[in-house]
Amino acid sequence: MVHFVQILLYGIVLGSVIALGAIGVSLIFGILRFAHFAHGDLMTLGAYLALAGVSGLSLPMFFAFLIGIAGTAAISVGIDRVLYRQLRRVSPIILLISSLGVALMVRSSIQMIWGPDNKIYSGGVTMPWVVEGIRIKPEWIYIVGGAVVLMVLLHLFLQRTRLGKAMRAMSDNADLARVSGIDTEKVIIWTWIIAGVLAAAAGIFLGLDTRLHPIMGWKLLLPVFAAAIFGGIGKPYGAIAGALVIGIAQEFSTLFISPAYKPAVAFGLMVAILVWRPTGLFSGKVL
Amino acid sequence: MEFSGLISYLVFFLSMAGIYGILALGLNMQWGYTGQINIGVAAFFAVGAYTAAIVTTSPSPDYLGGFGLPFVVGLVLAMLVAGVLALFVGLVTLKLRSDYLAIATIGIAEIVRLFLKNEDWLTNGVRGIPAIPRPFGNLGGVDDSVAFLLIVLLMVAGVYWTMQRMFRSPWARVLRAIRADEDAVMASGKNVLRFRTEAFVIGSMFMGLGGALYAHFTGFISPEAFDPMFGTFVVWVMLIAGGSGNNRGALLGAVVIWAVWTMTESLTSMLPGDLVTQASALRVFLIGLLLEIILLTRPQGMLRERPPRPIDDGAGERQAR
Repeated sequence: MVHFVQILLYGIVLGSVIALGAIGVSLIFGILRFAHFAHGDLMTLGAYLALAGVSGLSLPMFFAFLIGIAGTAAISVGIDRVLYRQLRRVSPIILLISSLGVALMVRSSIQMIWGPDNKIYSGGVTMPWVVEGIRIKPEWIYIVGGAVVLMVLLHLFLQRTRLGKAMRAMSDNADLARVSGIDTEKVIIWTWIIAGVLAAAAGIFLGLDTRLHPIMGWKLLLPVFAAAIFGGIGKPYGAIAGALVIGIAQEFSTLFISPAYKPAVAFGLMVAILVWRPTGLFSGKVL
Repeated sequence: MEFSGLISYLVFFLSMAGIYGILALGLNMQWGYTGQINIGVAAFFAVGAYTAAIVTTSPSPDYLGGFGLPFVVGLVLAMLVAGVLALFVGLVTLKLRSDYLAIATIGIAEIVRLFLKNEDWLTNGVRGIPAIPRPFGNLGGVDDSVAFLLIVLLMVAGVYWTMQRMFRSPWARVLRAIRADEDAVMASGKNVLRFRTEAFVIGSMFMGLGGALYAHFTGFISPEAFDPMFGTFVVWVMLIAGGSGNNRGALLGAVVIWAVWTMTESLTSMLPGDLVTQASALRVFLIGLLLEIILLTRPQGMLRERPPRPIDDGAGERQAR
């Protein structure tokens, strides 16, 4: 039982990180109609920008976190203005290929600036708390708590603000949104800001839990996509549910198969949902 | 001395360019002809390389095989195994839009890489498979490499010829139609799923062939050699730079991008040690930048696609004869 709860906790932590990435992927899918392959590397970028705050400027973690999310959001919007906006007129498929190039450019920039080795945010190893035989790392509180706060903020944004409603409208039907006078470029910019913030938060949380590496985000890209598809494309709440399912399933799979094959579990679940119900759990879009 | 060094470099350069050319042609079948996105080129390449290595090496206690079978058998099996893997991926994702295929193929690439690394009984894990024989390996020296280059070029010619024949066929016309307007093709009674699966499987089989040739060319393979991201990405840049949909473009792109890649490598290898890793990251960055510039300024690539002229009243048939 203790063992079960322990694995469940690992799964929830991993699921929270995946969820933050998957919401962004799902929003971009919904609004811009393409699979954003640079999303994993945006996560890495956020983690390293926060590292610059922690070790470069020796700021407290909270301020470094703000630097990480603001910087990543700004760079995401910049990439969209310079590149994706020009290519949008051609076709969403070209955007996908272009995002692959962006992924590689972001990652190699990180390697050039910070080097290819592992990094950590703080020196000492924090001691886990032991409650009834279950080990809990203090970082997990920040990770899960932070993810929940961001999700609630996103929920309020989507439900209560004009811009959030415009965003949902555009995700449902872009042409209809345009003819009813929604400023689609503005919605797109805000989509990138939100996706950038959430991706950076995911990367920073992942770095807090483990360590930083130039391909840390790329490695999470498959579970992130799997979660977005599992939950239903264009459905942020579906992405959260999908991420928890995939995070928990990946951790429980280690009871049966080698931990090396964790990404295969995400892939298997994605294939299963594509065969059984391509719209995902929350009846999202089928591209 | 200088001269023979140049010759052996040229032989090396052309052999690798030829192998990349086959990969670019395979991708052209999928992306150029049909509009499918395969981000797992490296997976099909690796599967082909390992299949060829396992069946042609001499018996070893460390991994499954080697069976010491002839070179040609290795090539055929490499294509078959890559094709079966493609069939599996295709059956699940090809009825949906390309984005799903793209995502599924990174999944396959990742799983293939993990599999090669962890299943020691089959692949000897991270230690890799050494001593993969070359046909005419007993010639020795430069002759052996030249003979292998000729085999590679023969294969390139064979794949190119096949691709060109297919391009002019009604079959590829359906593929281009699917790329342009899938619903219209479906409405005219074609089985879109079947055509797509065929194109995906054939393209992947060519990638498997490329992998098999690579295994024999280097003589040693390990999972390190198949970085899923870079191996795939560079082939994409080759095809898009050369010209999607144009087979001559795919080959030209392979030669040009491979030339740029190896030349910048010899430039950066002269740098002091601590800068080398930085410089290799810079090269990857520049390849990415090159792709974006091509997409923005010349999306059709160096050689643009030239669809065959429509055939009417039998004139084309007479011409073909």
